[in-house]
Amino acid sequence: MSDIKKFLYLNRKAPYGTIYALESLEVVLIGAAFEQDVSLAFVDDGVYELVKGQDTSEIGMKNFSPTYNALGDYDVNKLYVEKESLEARGLTEDDLMPLTYEDEDDDWAEKPSIRVVSSAELADIMDEQDVVLAF
Amino acid sequence: MSRLHTVNKSPFEKNSLESCIRLAKEGGAVLLFEDGIYGATKGTMISDKVSAAMKGLTFYVLGPDMKARGIRDDQLIDGVKVVDYSGFVDLVADHDNVQPWL
Repeated sequence: MSDIKKFLYLNRKAPYGTIYALESLEVVLIGAAFEQDVSLAFVDDGVYELVKGQDTSEIGMKNFSPTYNALGDYDVNKLYVEKESLEARGLTEDDLMPLTYEDEDDDWAEKPSIRVVSSAELADIMDEQDVVLAF
Repeated sequence: MSRLHTVNKSPFEKNSLESCIRLAKEGGAVLLFEDGIYGATKGTMISDKVSAAMKGLTFYVLGPDMKARGIRDDQLIDGVKVVDYSGFVDLVADHDNVQPWL
């Protein structure tokens, strides 16, 4: 396809308290069918979406965090997490799910999907995008 | 008798917790639930404020909402007490009235 556009999904909300995080994930999965260049950014409370060990059995809601594992199968493997947002919340990359994808250009080697970046780096990444969808 | 304050919003998105801390009278209790539970975690940009407020207020956090969000007991500010749903009911029953901070 000649007109591939760069799409960035900007996630700024914690999971479960509002519907934004789940809606974003669903839109990403739908959008993945259109073979565009897709990235996800996790900023502010959005970093909480990727925290490992989520267990919603006692709150009567679906735990959608395992779905992030499936993104790699849809060629969605650029998940940028803002370092400053993690630090403001007392979190490190170790608190996040170890998400990976298989790189078809490198003999299907398993590689990490999450990349922790600084605000300045993320600003550059956002600047490169054709479309930014905010949640 | 004292008042139970409830906070269900993230302290990083809304100032509900900060207003609660600023306006709650000494001897009261604060229950953090839903996205409010993030206010009970240590090492954050608001945790010093919460620690300071614990001199006059007792802080509780709803365990099921922590678990849902992947937050463990060892990530909590020292002194915050974890309660379950029946503990939530007990808190409501044991205080004169409940004041939500939305």
